[in-house]
Amino acid sequence: MNRVGGNGAHRLTAMLLLPTTLWFLLLLVTPLIVVFVFSFGERGVAGGYTPAFTLAQYANLPARLKAFTNTLTLAPLGTLCCLLIAYPFAYFLAVKANSKIKPLLLTLVIIPFWTSFLIRTYAWIFILGGRGIPVLLGAAGIDDVRLINTPFAVLVGIVYGYLPLMIFPIYVSLEKLDKRLLEASSDLGANRLKTFLQVTLPLSMPGIVTGSLLVFILLMGEFLIPALLGGGKVFFVGNALVDLFLQSRNWPFGSAIAVTLVVIMLIAIAVYLSVFARDKSQRQVSMI
Amino acid sequence: MRSYAITIYAFLYAPICLIVLFAFNAGRHAADFTCCSSKWFDKAFSNPFMIEALTNSLIIAGTTAVLATVMGTMAALGLQQVKGALRVAFDALTYIAIIIPGIVIGIATLVALVTFFGFVNPLLDTVWPEWLGTAPRLNMGYASVIAAHTLFTMALVIVVVRTRLQGMDRSLIEASTDLYATPWRTFRQITLPQILPAVMSGFLLSFTFSFDDFIIAFFVAGANTTLPIYVFASIRRGVTPEINAIASVVLGISLVLIVAAQRLRRR
Repeated sequence: MNRVGGNGAHRLTAMLLLPTTLWFLLLLVTPLIVVFVFSFGERGVAGGYTPAFTLAQYANLPARLKAFTNTLTLAPLGTLCCLLIAYPFAYFLAVKANSKIKPLLLTLVIIPFWTSFLIRTYAWIFILGGRGIPVLLGAAGIDDVRLINTPFAVLVGIVYGYLPLMIFPIYVSLEKLDKRLLEASSDLGANRLKTFLQVTLPLSMPGIVTGSLLVFILLMGEFLIPALLGGGKVFFVGNALVDLFLQSRNWPFGSAIAVTLVVIMLIAIAVYLSVFARDKSQRQVSMI
Repeated sequence: MRSYAITIYAFLYAPICLIVLFAFNAGRHAADFTCCSSKWFDKAFSNPFMIEALTNSLIIAGTTAVLATVMGTMAALGLQQVKGALRVAFDALTYIAIIIPGIVIGIATLVALVTFFGFVNPLLDTVWPEWLGTAPRLNMGYASVIAAHTLFTMALVIVVVRTRLQGMDRSLIEASTDLYATPWRTFRQITLPQILPAVMSGFLLSFTFSFDDFIIAFFVAGANTTLPIYVFASIRRGVTPEINAIASVVLGISLVLIVAAQRLRRR
């Protein structure tokens, strides 16, 4: 297209980018600014928003402290569980698995991630609920076990929902790892543990960081898992947001909570990018 | 190590299989399992609310996928010529749109659109000529869900198509230009055939995302019900075999789409 010459090529490029740019500006940037402005406003008489400039909404944040503490405990804990379970599995896929069936094995990890999150979470109501595992335990003589609507149930839901998202980046970083490094390490007399700690683990760090931050960021905004498996007892910030925006219609307070949530996520992304900058080649990691 | 991998696969798939299995349960409860009956599927498909929700979901997902594919592919092509600060800003917005949790998109779209409608609707009332009857009211519905879904999915298409473009042989495009083909002709005869698998897989991924999304639609669907919203409301009322049947249908649709998308990506 170089032949078309300066102006024509520029106009074409601008036209190609126009719809996406409009969408980004009108449906991402502007709405986020509106939420930010709302967070300094006051609640209208019939709900909604009345213009004002006050920090009252932010001062009121402790009213929803439980949602924040729940989220900030279970999100990191869930991320850690995902990481610990995903790592050996990703290692198997990248290093040990038969290369002929590897594409199939990978597809089998991706499929659950792209099937309805709602229905995959619902499956655990079925399993952990009154007629599921507790019945089996009852038959084995262990009575009165409550699994559903506990932090444990939420944690199971988290691991189940986000495990594929953690596996994939770690797999990609391990796949790139030069196997000769492992041989060199063992030739130089390092045992397997030492090789793992000094070669494999540091080289797979970008994958660990990517996976952990993706899972952590999405968990910060989680609504479905606590709503279905926490049964009103274990609730996240996401559940508070649904309540404030759709039920009690206290938009300014909801906006203040949303802004706080986004700030926490931005801090996480900032950490992510500062660690990430070391290895630019990892930027194309995606679950698609 | 191998048995560990098998355990993880079992963990990933057993719950899904269980749902499908119990959708075929002839008994009333999970406890009395009798194989096999399609009565819950019959019941689900003769439920007018479920059919309406399914239709809404298909309309929304179809429109979203078309919009996202066209806009995302256009942007990916345009981005080839863009460098510097503009490129950095565009990439940043793309990644933000992908990574930001759905709930934030849902809230932001809800608040922005309601504010916008609150401003436009009274204006419409005043400027609308009387002989045309009552002024139309802008409201939440199909369009707001499609707009919000398109934000995330077009970003996804940009990433998928751009990756394909980067792996493409540039010399063919240069040759085509040297032979005085117009940009449109070069696109149609050289670029499009090469990126088509990526474009189609972007389409399928967009459809799947939109079809499965609950949280964004929950905020911006207004009075319309999508299938995930209907399923969520049904679960709240109690777990029934009928939900398992609907869930199996949803799982089946996503499975077909995602496997197709995967195959296209491998080409």
